[in-house]
Amino acid sequence: MTALAYNSLHHASPQAADQIFLIVQHWIVSHAPAGLQSLLAILLSVVAIVGGFGLLFAITTILERKGLGRIQNRYGPNRVGFFGSLQPIADAIKSLTKEDIVPQTADKLVHLLAPILLVLAAFSVYAVLPVGRNMVLVNLDAGVLFFFAIGSVTEVAVFMAGWSSRNKYSLLGAMRAIAQMISYEVPLILSSLTVIMATGSLSTVTIVEKQAGFSRILPHWFLFTPWGFAGFVLFMIAATAESNRSPFDLPEGESEIIAGYYIEYSGFKFALFFLGEYLGMFAISGLAITLFLGGWNAPLPFLTWVPSYLWFFAKLLTLIVAFIWVRGTLPRLRMDQLMNFAWKFMLPMALLNLITAAVWHFMPSGPVRWLVSIVLVVVPYTLLGRNQMHKSHLEKRVYRFAE
Amino acid sequence: MLFTIFAALTIAGAVAAISLRNLVHSVLSLILAFAGLAAVYLLLGAQFIGFAQILVYVGAVAILIVFTILLTRNDGTFGTSSQASWNLGALIVIAVFGTLAWTIHSSAALQHALPPQPEATMQQIGTALMVRFALPLEVIGLLLTAALIGAATIALHEKQERP
Repeated sequence: MTALAYNSLHHASPQAADQIFLIVQHWIVSHAPAGLQSLLAILLSVVAIVGGFGLLFAITTILERKGLGRIQNRYGPNRVGFFGSLQPIADAIKSLTKEDIVPQTADKLVHLLAPILLVLAAFSVYAVLPVGRNMVLVNLDAGVLFFFAIGSVTEVAVFMAGWSSRNKYSLLGAMRAIAQMISYEVPLILSSLTVIMATGSLSTVTIVEKQAGFSRILPHWFLFTPWGFAGFVLFMIAATAESNRSPFDLPEGESEIIAGYYIEYSGFKFALFFLGEYLGMFAISGLAITLFLGGWNAPLPFLTWVPSYLWFFAKLLTLIVAFIWVRGTLPRLRMDQLMNFAWKFMLPMALLNLITAAVWHFMPSGPVRWLVSIVLVVVPYTLLGRNQMHKSHLEKRVYRFAE
Repeated sequence: MLFTIFAALTIAGAVAAISLRNLVHSVLSLILAFAGLAAVYLLLGAQFIGFAQILVYVGAVAILIVFTILLTRNDGTFGTSSQASWNLGALIVIAVFGTLAWTIHSSAALQHALPPQPEATMQQIGTALMVRFALPLEVIGLLLTAALIGAATIALHEKQERP
Protein backbone atom coordinates (compact mmCIF):
# COMPACT_ATOMS: atom_id res chain seq x y z
CA MET A 1 0.00 0.00 0.00
CA THR A 2 2.74 2.41 0.99
CA ALA A 3 4.71 1.75 -2.18
CA LEU A 4 1.62 2.42 -4.24
CA ALA A 5 0.99 5.64 -2.38
CA TYR A 6 4.57 6.82 -2.95
CA ASN A 7 4.31 5.95 -6.64
CA SER A 8 1.30 8.13 -7.11
CA LEU A 9 3.04 10.87 -5.15
CA HIS A 10 5.99 10.83 -7.52
CA HIS A 11 3.81 11.05 -10.60
CA ALA A 12 2.41 14.39 -9.54
CA SER A 13 -0.98 13.89 -11.14
CA PRO A 14 -4.65 14.51 -10.33
CA GLN A 15 -4.59 11.13 -8.56
CA ALA A 16 -2.06 12.46 -6.06
CA ALA A 17 -4.32 15.38 -5.20
CA ASP A 18 -7.24 12.99 -4.99
CA GLN A 19 -5.48 10.65 -2.59
CA ILE A 20 -3.48 13.29 -0.71
CA PHE A 21 -5.03 12.46 2.66
CA LEU A 22 -4.36 8.76 2.22
CA ILE A 23 -0.77 9.46 1.21
CA VAL A 24 -0.25 11.65 4.26
CA GLN A 25 -1.82 8.99 6.45
CA HIS A 26 0.47 6.28 5.05
CA TRP A 27 3.48 8.54 5.49
CA ILE A 28 2.69 9.20 9.16
CA VAL A 29 1.85 5.56 9.85
CA SER A 30 5.06 4.31 8.20
CA HIS A 31 7.10 6.21 10.80
CA ALA A 32 5.35 4.57 13.73
CA PRO A 33 6.50 1.31 15.37
CA ALA A 34 5.13 -1.77 13.62
CA GLY A 35 2.87 -2.85 16.46
CA LEU A 36 1.03 0.45 16.60
CA GLN A 37 0.59 1.02 12.87
CA SER A 38 -2.95 -0.26 12.40
CA LEU A 39 -4.10 1.48 15.57
CA LEU A 40 -2.51 4.73 14.46
CA ALA A 41 -4.13 4.48 11.02
CA ILE A 42 -7.58 4.13 12.59
CA LEU A 43 -6.85 6.90 15.07
CA LEU A 44 -5.80 9.27 12.28
CA SER A 45 -9.00 8.55 10.32
CA VAL A 46 -11.10 9.19 13.41
CA VAL A 47 -9.26 12.43 14.13
CA ALA A 48 -9.83 13.49 10.51
CA ILE A 49 -13.55 12.76 10.75
CA VAL A 50 -13.99 14.50 14.10
CA GLY A 51 -11.87 17.47 13.04
CA GLY A 52 -13.30 17.81 9.55
CA PHE A 53 -16.94 17.57 10.48
CA GLY A 54 -16.37 19.63 13.62
CA LEU A 55 -14.97 22.37 11.41
CA LEU A 56 -17.93 22.00 9.07
CA PHE A 57 -20.19 22.44 12.10
CA ALA A 58 -18.47 25.73 12.94
CA ILE A 59 -18.78 26.92 9.34
CA THR A 60 -22.43 25.90 9.19
CA THR A 61 -23.41 27.80 12.34
CA ILE A 62 -22.10 31.07 10.92
CA LEU A 63 -23.52 30.27 7.48
CA GLU A 64 -26.91 29.54 8.98
CA ARG A 65 -27.02 32.63 11.17
CA LYS A 66 -25.92 34.83 8.31
CA GLY A 67 -28.30 33.17 5.88
CA LEU A 68 -31.27 33.34 8.22
CA GLY A 69 -30.40 36.96 8.90
CA ARG A 70 -30.47 37.70 5.21
CA ILE A 71 -33.83 35.93 4.76
CA GLN A 72 -35.30 37.75 7.77
CA ASN A 73 -33.96 41.11 6.58
CA ARG A 74 -31.38 41.68 9.30
CA TYR A 75 -27.59 41.47 9.53
CA GLY A 76 -26.96 38.40 11.62
CA PRO A 77 -23.71 38.21 13.61
CA ASN A 78 -21.39 40.98 12.42
CA ARG A 79 -19.24 41.95 15.41
CA VAL A 80 -16.53 39.28 15.81
CA GLY A 81 -13.95 39.25 13.06
CA PHE A 82 -14.47 40.19 9.43
CA PHE A 83 -18.26 40.31 8.83
CA GLY A 84 -18.73 38.19 11.93
CA SER A 85 -16.69 35.35 10.49
CA LEU A 86 -15.04 34.52 13.84
CA GLN A 87 -18.38 34.19 15.60
CA PRO A 88 -18.14 30.37 15.93
CA ILE A 89 -14.89 30.73 17.93
CA ALA A 90 -16.51 33.27 20.21
CA ASP A 91 -19.50 30.94 20.63
CA ALA A 92 -17.21 28.03 21.46
CA ILE A 93 -15.32 30.01 24.12
CA LYS A 94 -18.59 31.24 25.56
CA SER A 95 -20.13 27.77 25.82
CA LEU A 96 -16.94 26.38 27.38
CA THR A 97 -16.75 29.07 30.06
CA LYS A 98 -20.44 29.16 30.93
CA GLU A 99 -21.63 27.63 34.17
CA ASP A 100 -23.05 24.16 33.85
CA ILE A 101 -26.42 24.22 35.59
CA VAL A 102 -28.09 20.93 36.48
CA PRO A 103 -31.61 21.11 37.96
CA GLN A 104 -31.78 20.00 41.58
CA THR A 105 -34.42 17.36 40.93
CA ALA A 106 -32.78 16.11 37.76
CA ASP A 107 -31.56 12.57 37.40
CA LYS A 108 -27.88 13.55 37.48
CA LEU A 109 -26.33 10.52 35.80
CA VAL A 110 -28.84 10.23 32.96
CA HIS A 111 -28.75 14.01 32.53
CA LEU A 112 -24.99 13.81 32.05
CA LEU A 113 -25.01 10.76 29.77
CA ALA A 114 -27.66 12.02 27.32
CA PRO A 115 -25.57 14.62 25.41
CA ILE A 116 -22.56 12.29 25.40
CA LEU A 117 -24.59 9.44 23.90
CA LEU A 118 -26.09 11.78 21.31
CA VAL A 119 -22.70 13.04 20.10
CA LEU A 120 -21.21 9.53 20.16
CA ALA A 121 -24.04 8.18 18.02
CA ALA A 122 -23.83 11.17 15.70
CA PHE A 123 -20.10 10.66 15.13
CA SER A 124 -20.30 6.86 14.82
CA VAL A 125 -22.36 6.93 11.63
CA TYR A 126 -19.57 8.75 9.79
CA ALA A 127 -17.61 5.49 9.90
CA VAL A 128 -19.50 4.19 6.86
CA LEU A 129 -19.79 7.41 4.84
CA PRO A 130 -17.41 7.43 1.86
CA VAL A 131 -16.27 11.06 1.73
CA GLY A 132 -13.91 10.44 -1.19
CA ARG A 133 -12.29 7.75 -3.31
CA ASN A 134 -10.93 5.11 -0.87
CA MET A 135 -11.84 7.49 1.95
CA VAL A 136 -14.11 5.50 4.21
CA LEU A 137 -13.27 4.37 7.73
CA VAL A 138 -14.85 0.92 7.43
CA ASN A 139 -16.45 -0.60 4.37
CA LEU A 140 -19.11 -2.62 6.15
CA ASP A 141 -21.08 -5.24 4.27
CA ALA A 142 -24.16 -3.87 6.02
CA GLY A 143 -23.16 -0.20 5.92
CA VAL A 144 -26.58 1.35 5.36
CA LEU A 145 -28.08 -0.88 8.04
CA PHE A 146 -25.34 0.24 10.42
CA PHE A 147 -26.19 3.86 9.64
CA PHE A 148 -29.86 3.42 10.47
CA ALA A 149 -29.17 1.26 13.52
CA ILE A 150 -26.84 3.80 15.09
CA GLY A 151 -29.15 6.59 13.98
CA SER A 152 -31.95 5.05 16.03
CA VAL A 153 -29.79 5.34 19.16
CA THR A 154 -30.26 9.13 19.05
CA GLU A 155 -33.91 8.54 19.99
CA VAL A 156 -32.74 6.99 23.24
CA ALA A 157 -30.43 9.96 23.89
CA VAL A 158 -33.27 12.40 23.25
CA PHE A 159 -35.53 10.52 25.62
CA MET A 160 -32.82 10.43 28.30
CA ALA A 161 -32.38 14.19 28.01
CA GLY A 162 -36.08 14.94 28.12
CA TRP A 163 -36.92 12.60 30.95
CA SER A 164 -33.94 13.23 33.21
CA SER A 165 -34.47 17.00 33.29
CA ARG A 166 -37.72 16.62 35.28
CA ASN A 167 -39.27 19.42 33.34
CA LYS A 168 -42.63 18.98 31.67
CA TYR A 169 -41.59 20.99 28.65
CA SER A 170 -38.50 18.94 28.09
CA LEU A 171 -40.47 15.71 28.48
CA LEU A 172 -43.08 16.96 26.04
CA GLY A 173 -40.35 17.91 23.61
CA ALA A 174 -38.71 14.51 23.95
CA MET A 175 -41.98 12.68 23.36
CA ARG A 176 -42.68 14.82 20.32
CA ALA A 177 -39.18 14.21 19.01
CA ILE A 178 -39.41 10.46 19.46
CA ALA A 179 -42.87 10.21 17.91
CA GLN A 180 -41.66 12.25 14.96
CA MET A 181 -38.42 10.30 14.55
CA ILE A 182 -40.20 6.93 14.64
CA SER A 183 -42.83 8.08 12.16
CA TYR A 184 -40.36 9.48 9.68
CA GLU A 185 -37.88 6.67 10.05
CA VAL A 186 -40.28 4.43 8.10
CA PRO A 187 -40.38 6.53 4.88
CA LEU A 188 -36.69 7.30 5.33
CA ILE A 189 -35.71 3.64 5.29
CA LEU A 190 -38.27 2.71 2.63
CA SER A 191 -37.08 5.44 0.27
CA SER A 192 -33.46 4.36 0.64
CA LEU A 193 -34.52 0.75 0.08
CA THR A 194 -35.04 1.52 -3.61
CA VAL A 195 -31.32 2.19 -4.00
CA ILE A 196 -30.48 -1.00 -2.15
CA MET A 197 -32.80 -2.89 -4.52
CA ALA A 198 -31.11 -1.30 -7.53
CA THR A 199 -27.55 -1.98 -6.39
CA GLY A 200 -28.15 -5.25 -4.57
CA SER A 201 -25.83 -4.15 -1.80
CA LEU A 202 -25.97 -2.49 1.60
CA SER A 203 -22.36 -1.38 1.41
CA THR A 204 -22.04 2.37 0.94
CA VAL A 205 -18.85 1.95 -1.08
CA THR A 206 -20.52 -0.41 -3.57
CA ILE A 207 -23.50 1.93 -3.87
CA VAL A 208 -21.21 4.83 -4.81
CA GLU A 209 -19.26 2.64 -7.26
CA LYS A 210 -22.48 1.62 -9.02
CA GLN A 211 -23.22 5.30 -9.71
CA ALA A 212 -19.91 5.99 -11.45
CA GLY A 213 -19.79 6.68 -15.18
CA PHE A 214 -21.71 8.83 -17.60
CA SER A 215 -24.20 8.45 -20.43
CA ARG A 216 -22.89 11.18 -22.73
CA ILE A 217 -23.06 14.06 -20.23
CA LEU A 218 -25.56 12.71 -17.70
CA PRO A 219 -23.96 10.98 -14.71
CA HIS A 220 -25.34 7.60 -13.63
CA TRP A 221 -26.68 8.96 -10.35
CA PHE A 222 -29.88 7.47 -9.07
CA LEU A 223 -31.26 10.99 -8.85
CA PHE A 224 -31.65 10.93 -12.62
CA THR A 225 -34.17 8.10 -12.67
CA PRO A 226 -37.88 8.61 -11.91
CA TRP A 227 -37.80 6.42 -8.81
CA GLY A 228 -34.50 7.91 -7.73
CA PHE A 229 -35.84 11.44 -7.98
CA ALA A 230 -38.99 10.57 -6.04
CA GLY A 231 -36.89 8.63 -3.55
CA PHE A 232 -34.49 11.54 -3.09
CA VAL A 233 -37.29 14.01 -2.43
CA LEU A 234 -38.96 11.63 0.04
CA PHE A 235 -35.60 10.94 1.67
CA MET A 236 -34.78 14.61 2.12
CA ILE A 237 -38.21 15.40 3.60
CA ALA A 238 -37.86 12.49 6.02
CA ALA A 239 -34.28 13.54 6.76
CA THR A 240 -35.44 17.05 7.66
CA ALA A 241 -37.96 15.56 10.06
CA GLU A 242 -35.42 13.09 11.40
CA SER A 243 -32.94 15.86 12.21
CA ASN A 244 -35.71 17.92 13.87
CA ARG A 245 -35.22 20.89 11.61
CA SER A 246 -37.75 23.43 10.51
CA PRO A 247 -40.50 22.98 9.26
CA PHE A 248 -40.44 19.83 11.40
CA ASP A 249 -38.95 21.49 14.49
CA LEU A 250 -41.93 20.77 16.74
CA PRO A 251 -39.72 19.09 19.36
CA GLU A 252 -37.97 22.42 19.85
CA GLY A 253 -40.98 24.66 19.27
CA GLU A 254 -39.56 27.72 21.03
CA SER A 255 -42.93 29.47 20.97
CA GLU A 256 -44.84 26.65 22.67
CA ILE A 257 -42.48 24.41 24.63
CA ILE A 258 -39.54 26.83 24.89
CA ALA A 259 -36.80 24.59 23.52
CA GLY A 260 -37.96 21.04 23.92
CA TYR A 261 -35.81 18.34 25.37
CA TYR A 262 -32.71 20.43 26.00
CA ILE A 263 -34.26 23.26 28.04
CA GLU A 264 -32.39 22.26 31.16
CA TYR A 265 -29.00 22.07 29.50
CA SER A 266 -26.57 24.93 29.63
CA GLY A 267 -22.99 25.68 28.76
CA PHE A 268 -20.98 22.92 27.18
CA LYS A 269 -23.70 20.27 27.41
CA PHE A 270 -26.00 22.51 25.44
CA ALA A 271 -23.24 22.97 22.87
CA LEU A 272 -22.97 19.17 22.66
CA PHE A 273 -26.67 18.94 21.83
CA PHE A 274 -26.23 21.60 19.22
CA LEU A 275 -23.25 19.73 17.80
CA GLY A 276 -25.10 16.41 17.83
CA GLU A 277 -28.04 17.84 15.99
CA TYR A 278 -25.91 19.41 13.27
CA LEU A 279 -23.77 16.29 12.95
CA GLY A 280 -26.94 14.28 12.48
CA MET A 281 -27.99 16.63 9.71
CA PHE A 282 -24.60 16.36 7.98
CA ALA A 283 -24.59 12.58 8.31
CA ILE A 284 -28.03 12.12 6.86
CA SER A 285 -27.21 14.54 4.03
CA GLY A 286 -24.05 12.52 3.46
CA LEU A 287 -26.14 9.37 3.22
CA ALA A 288 -28.46 11.10 0.75
CA ILE A 289 -25.41 12.03 -1.33
CA THR A 290 -24.14 8.46 -1.13
CA LEU A 291 -27.47 6.93 -2.06
CA PHE A 292 -28.85 9.30 -4.68
CA LEU A 293 -26.27 11.92 -5.67
CA GLY A 294 -23.44 9.63 -6.71
CA GLY A 295 -21.33 10.02 -3.58
CA TRP A 296 -17.95 11.51 -4.43
CA ASN A 297 -18.42 11.13 -8.20
CA ALA A 298 -18.07 14.21 -10.38
CA PRO A 299 -21.27 15.60 -11.91
CA LEU A 300 -19.80 16.12 -15.38
CA PRO A 301 -17.39 13.91 -17.36
CA PHE A 302 -14.78 16.65 -17.92
CA LEU A 303 -14.65 17.49 -14.21
CA THR A 304 -13.36 14.13 -13.02
CA TRP A 305 -9.89 15.60 -12.36
CA VAL A 306 -11.25 17.55 -9.37
CA PRO A 307 -10.44 15.58 -6.16
CA SER A 308 -13.31 13.34 -5.11
CA TYR A 309 -13.62 14.62 -1.54
CA LEU A 310 -14.15 18.15 -2.88
CA TRP A 311 -17.21 16.89 -4.76
CA PHE A 312 -18.56 15.23 -1.65
CA PHE A 313 -18.18 18.38 0.42
CA ALA A 314 -19.53 20.58 -2.38
CA LYS A 315 -22.67 18.43 -2.52
CA LEU A 316 -22.87 18.43 1.27
CA LEU A 317 -22.65 22.23 1.43
CA THR A 318 -25.33 22.50 -1.26
CA LEU A 319 -27.67 20.34 0.79
CA ILE A 320 -26.85 22.33 3.94
CA VAL A 321 -27.69 25.58 2.16
CA ALA A 322 -30.98 23.98 1.05
CA PHE A 323 -31.69 23.04 4.67
CA ILE A 324 -31.02 26.63 5.79
CA TRP A 325 -33.17 28.00 3.02
CA VAL A 326 -36.07 25.72 3.93
CA ARG A 327 -35.69 26.66 7.60
CA GLY A 328 -35.81 30.35 6.80
CA THR A 329 -38.84 30.23 4.56
CA LEU A 330 -41.29 27.58 5.77
CA PRO A 331 -43.59 27.83 8.80
CA ARG A 332 -43.69 25.07 11.37
CA LEU A 333 -46.18 22.22 10.95
CA ARG A 334 -48.83 21.36 13.51
CA MET A 335 -48.58 17.99 15.26
CA ASP A 336 -51.60 16.43 13.48
CA GLN A 337 -50.39 17.74 10.11
CA LEU A 338 -47.00 16.21 10.82
CA MET A 339 -48.43 12.78 11.58
CA ASN A 340 -50.94 12.84 8.73
CA PHE A 341 -48.20 13.81 6.33
CA ALA A 342 -45.97 10.97 7.48
CA TRP A 343 -48.51 8.17 7.48
CA LYS A 344 -50.94 9.19 4.75
CA PHE A 345 -48.61 10.73 2.20
CA MET A 346 -44.97 9.78 2.78
CA LEU A 347 -45.58 6.12 3.57
CA PRO A 348 -47.81 5.31 0.54
CA MET A 349 -45.50 7.26 -1.76
CA ALA A 350 -42.45 5.41 -0.43
CA LEU A 351 -44.17 2.04 -0.85
CA LEU A 352 -45.28 2.88 -4.40
CA ASN A 353 -41.77 4.05 -5.15
CA LEU A 354 -40.52 0.57 -4.30
CA ILE A 355 -42.81 -0.80 -7.00
CA THR A 356 -41.59 1.86 -9.44
CA ALA A 357 -38.00 0.86 -8.76
CA ALA A 358 -38.87 -2.80 -9.35
CA VAL A 359 -40.65 -1.97 -12.64
CA TRP A 360 -37.64 0.10 -13.70
CA HIS A 361 -35.35 -2.80 -12.90
CA PHE A 362 -37.28 -5.40 -14.88
CA MET A 363 -38.29 -3.38 -17.95
CA PRO A 364 -35.87 -3.13 -20.89
CA SER A 365 -34.21 0.26 -21.05
CA GLY A 366 -35.75 2.74 -23.44
CA PRO A 367 -38.31 5.54 -23.56
CA VAL A 368 -41.17 3.18 -22.60
CA ARG A 369 -39.48 2.46 -19.27
CA TRP A 370 -39.10 6.17 -18.59
CA LEU A 371 -42.74 6.82 -19.46
CA VAL A 372 -44.13 4.00 -17.30
CA SER A 373 -41.93 4.97 -14.35
CA ILE A 374 -42.81 8.65 -14.56
CA VAL A 375 -46.51 7.77 -14.71
CA LEU A 376 -46.03 5.50 -11.67
CA VAL A 377 -44.52 8.43 -9.74
CA VAL A 378 -46.64 11.36 -10.92
CA VAL A 379 -50.12 9.81 -10.84
CA PRO A 380 -50.03 8.61 -7.20
CA TYR A 381 -48.43 11.91 -6.21
CA THR A 382 -51.25 13.91 -7.78
CA LEU A 383 -54.00 11.64 -6.47
CA LEU A 384 -52.61 11.46 -2.93
CA GLY A 385 -51.91 15.17 -2.82
CA ARG A 386 -55.40 16.08 -4.00
CA ASN A 387 -56.97 13.64 -1.61
CA GLN A 388 -55.02 15.11 1.28
CA MET A 389 -55.90 18.67 0.31
CA HIS A 390 -59.53 17.69 -0.01
CA LYS A 391 -59.59 15.95 3.34
CA SER A 392 -57.80 18.62 5.32
CA HIS A 393 -60.75 20.70 6.35
CA LEU A 394 -59.37 24.18 6.36
CA GLU A 395 -61.41 25.59 9.20
CA LYS A 396 -61.02 26.73 12.77
CA ARG A 397 -59.38 24.03 14.84
CA VAL A 398 -61.36 22.47 17.66
CA TYR A 399 -59.19 21.85 20.72
CA ARG A 400 -60.13 18.68 22.49
CA PHE A 401 -57.76 18.64 25.43
CA ALA A 402 -57.01 22.27 26.18
CA GLU A 403 -60.31 23.87 27.05
CA MET B 1 -11.15 -10.61 26.28
CA LEU B 2 -13.63 -8.53 24.29
CA PHE B 3 -16.24 -11.22 24.74
CA THR B 4 -15.77 -11.05 28.53
CA ILE B 5 -16.29 -7.29 28.53
CA PHE B 6 -19.44 -7.41 26.42
CA ALA B 7 -20.84 -10.42 28.26
CA ALA B 8 -20.24 -8.67 31.58
CA LEU B 9 -21.92 -5.54 30.19
CA THR B 10 -24.94 -7.53 29.03
CA ILE B 11 -25.33 -9.34 32.34
CA ALA B 12 -24.82 -6.14 34.34
CA GLY B 13 -27.48 -4.41 32.25
CA ALA B 14 -29.90 -7.30 32.65
CA VAL B 15 -29.36 -7.49 36.41
CA ALA B 16 -29.79 -3.74 36.76
CA ALA B 17 -32.96 -3.91 34.65
CA ILE B 18 -34.64 -6.27 37.10
CA SER B 19 -33.25 -4.84 40.33
CA LEU B 20 -33.58 -1.06 39.92
CA ARG B 21 -36.59 0.58 41.56
CA ASN B 22 -37.16 3.24 38.93
CA LEU B 23 -38.81 1.80 35.83
CA VAL B 24 -37.16 4.23 33.45
CA HIS B 25 -33.76 3.32 34.89
CA SER B 26 -34.67 -0.31 34.28
CA VAL B 27 -35.41 0.43 30.64
CA LEU B 28 -32.13 2.26 30.22
CA SER B 29 -30.29 -0.71 31.75
CA LEU B 30 -32.22 -3.00 29.43
CA ILE B 31 -30.97 -0.91 26.52
CA LEU B 32 -27.44 -1.47 27.82
CA ALA B 33 -28.11 -5.22 27.87
CA PHE B 34 -29.47 -5.09 24.30
CA ALA B 35 -26.43 -3.14 23.12
CA GLY B 36 -24.08 -5.60 24.84
CA LEU B 37 -25.85 -8.49 23.15
CA ALA B 38 -25.54 -6.72 19.78
CA ALA B 39 -21.81 -6.32 20.41
CA VAL B 40 -21.53 -10.06 21.13
CA TYR B 41 -23.31 -10.80 17.83
CA LEU B 42 -20.92 -8.51 15.99
CA LEU B 43 -18.00 -10.21 17.69
CA LEU B 44 -19.27 -13.53 16.35
CA GLY B 45 -19.23 -12.07 12.84
CA ALA B 46 -23.01 -11.79 12.51
CA GLN B 47 -23.25 -8.24 11.20
CA PHE B 48 -26.86 -8.40 10.11
CA ILE B 49 -28.16 -9.80 13.39
CA GLY B 50 -26.02 -7.36 15.36
CA PHE B 51 -27.26 -4.25 13.59
CA ALA B 52 -30.83 -5.53 13.41
CA GLN B 53 -30.62 -6.07 17.18
CA ILE B 54 -29.71 -2.41 17.70
CA LEU B 55 -32.25 -1.14 15.16
CA VAL B 56 -35.14 -3.20 16.45
CA TYR B 57 -34.47 -3.56 20.17
CA VAL B 58 -32.71 -0.30 21.05
CA GLY B 59 -34.46 1.83 18.46
CA ALA B 60 -37.97 0.40 18.63
CA VAL B 61 -38.68 -2.02 21.48
CA ALA B 62 -37.01 0.07 24.19
CA ILE B 63 -38.73 3.21 22.96
CA LEU B 64 -42.04 1.35 22.95
CA ILE B 65 -41.49 0.32 26.58
CA VAL B 66 -40.62 3.92 27.46
CA PHE B 67 -43.82 5.16 25.88
CA THR B 68 -45.82 2.52 27.71
CA ILE B 69 -44.33 3.48 31.06
CA LEU B 70 -44.80 7.20 30.59
CA LEU B 71 -48.36 6.83 29.31
CA THR B 72 -49.48 4.56 32.14
CA ARG B 73 -47.92 5.94 35.31
CA ASN B 74 -46.74 9.32 36.35
CA ASP B 75 -43.66 8.87 38.47
CA GLY B 76 -42.19 5.77 36.90
CA THR B 77 -41.50 4.16 40.28
CA PHE B 78 -43.37 1.42 41.96
CA GLY B 79 -43.66 -0.10 45.39
CA THR B 80 -42.15 -3.29 46.74
CA SER B 81 -43.79 -6.47 45.57
CA SER B 82 -45.06 -9.08 47.98
CA GLN B 83 -43.18 -12.17 49.11
CA ALA B 84 -45.67 -14.47 47.37
CA SER B 85 -45.08 -12.95 43.95
CA TRP B 86 -41.31 -13.19 44.53
CA ASN B 87 -41.65 -16.90 45.30
CA LEU B 88 -43.82 -17.48 42.26
CA GLY B 89 -41.40 -15.55 40.06
CA ALA B 90 -38.44 -17.51 41.36
CA LEU B 91 -40.28 -20.77 40.74
CA ILE B 92 -41.07 -19.84 37.13
CA VAL B 93 -37.50 -18.68 36.52
CA ILE B 94 -36.03 -21.91 37.87
CA ALA B 95 -38.50 -24.00 35.85
CA VAL B 96 -37.76 -22.17 32.59
CA PHE B 97 -34.01 -22.22 33.18
CA GLY B 98 -34.08 -25.90 34.09
CA THR B 99 -36.08 -26.84 31.01
CA LEU B 100 -33.80 -24.86 28.71
CA ALA B 101 -30.61 -26.17 30.31
CA TRP B 102 -31.84 -29.76 30.17
CA THR B 103 -32.91 -29.40 26.51
CA ILE B 104 -29.62 -27.87 25.49
CA HIS B 105 -27.63 -30.43 27.45
CA SER B 106 -29.43 -33.41 25.98
CA SER B 107 -29.74 -32.07 22.44
CA ALA B 108 -27.96 -33.81 19.60
CA ALA B 109 -26.31 -30.59 18.44
CA LEU B 110 -23.76 -30.77 21.25
CA GLN B 111 -22.57 -34.24 20.24
CA HIS B 112 -21.27 -33.25 16.80
CA ALA B 113 -18.17 -31.24 16.26
CA LEU B 114 -18.89 -27.70 15.07
CA PRO B 115 -19.05 -27.38 11.28
CA PRO B 116 -16.74 -24.78 9.73
CA GLN B 117 -18.29 -21.38 10.23
CA PRO B 118 -19.97 -20.26 7.01
CA GLU B 119 -19.32 -16.67 5.98
CA ALA B 120 -22.85 -15.33 5.57
CA THR B 121 -22.85 -12.14 3.56
CA MET B 122 -25.73 -9.70 3.50
CA GLN B 123 -26.53 -10.84 -0.02
CA GLN B 124 -26.85 -14.47 1.05
CA ILE B 125 -29.11 -13.54 3.94
CA GLY B 126 -31.24 -11.41 1.63
CA THR B 127 -31.52 -14.14 -0.98
CA ALA B 128 -32.41 -16.71 1.65
CA LEU B 129 -35.12 -14.46 3.09
CA MET B 130 -36.57 -13.59 -0.30
CA VAL B 131 -36.40 -17.02 -1.96
CA ARG B 132 -36.27 -19.90 0.46
CA PHE B 133 -38.05 -18.30 3.39
CA ALA B 134 -40.35 -16.05 1.36
CA LEU B 135 -43.53 -17.61 2.73
CA PRO B 136 -42.68 -17.29 6.45
CA LEU B 137 -41.55 -13.72 5.79
CA GLU B 138 -44.85 -12.90 4.10
CA VAL B 139 -46.82 -14.51 6.90
CA ILE B 140 -44.95 -12.49 9.52
CA GLY B 141 -45.48 -9.35 7.46
CA LEU B 142 -49.21 -10.03 7.25
CA LEU B 143 -49.39 -10.69 10.99
CA LEU B 144 -47.58 -7.44 11.81
CA THR B 145 -49.79 -5.46 9.42
CA ALA B 146 -52.87 -6.94 11.07
CA ALA B 147 -51.48 -5.97 14.47
CA LEU B 148 -50.74 -2.45 13.22
CA ILE B 149 -54.26 -2.02 11.86
CA GLY B 150 -55.68 -3.41 15.09
CA ALA B 151 -53.67 -0.95 17.18
CA ALA B 152 -54.72 1.94 14.96
CA THR B 153 -58.38 0.88 15.24
CA ILE B 154 -58.18 0.78 19.03
CA ALA B 155 -56.48 4.17 19.10
CA LEU B 156 -59.04 5.73 16.76
CA HIS B 157 -61.97 4.45 18.79
CA GLU B 158 -61.59 7.14 21.43
CA LYS B 159 -61.95 9.89 18.85
CA GLN B 160 -65.23 8.59 17.48
CA GLU B 161 -66.90 8.53 20.87
CA ARG B 162 -66.89 12.28 21.09
CA PRO B 163 -69.59 14.13 19.18
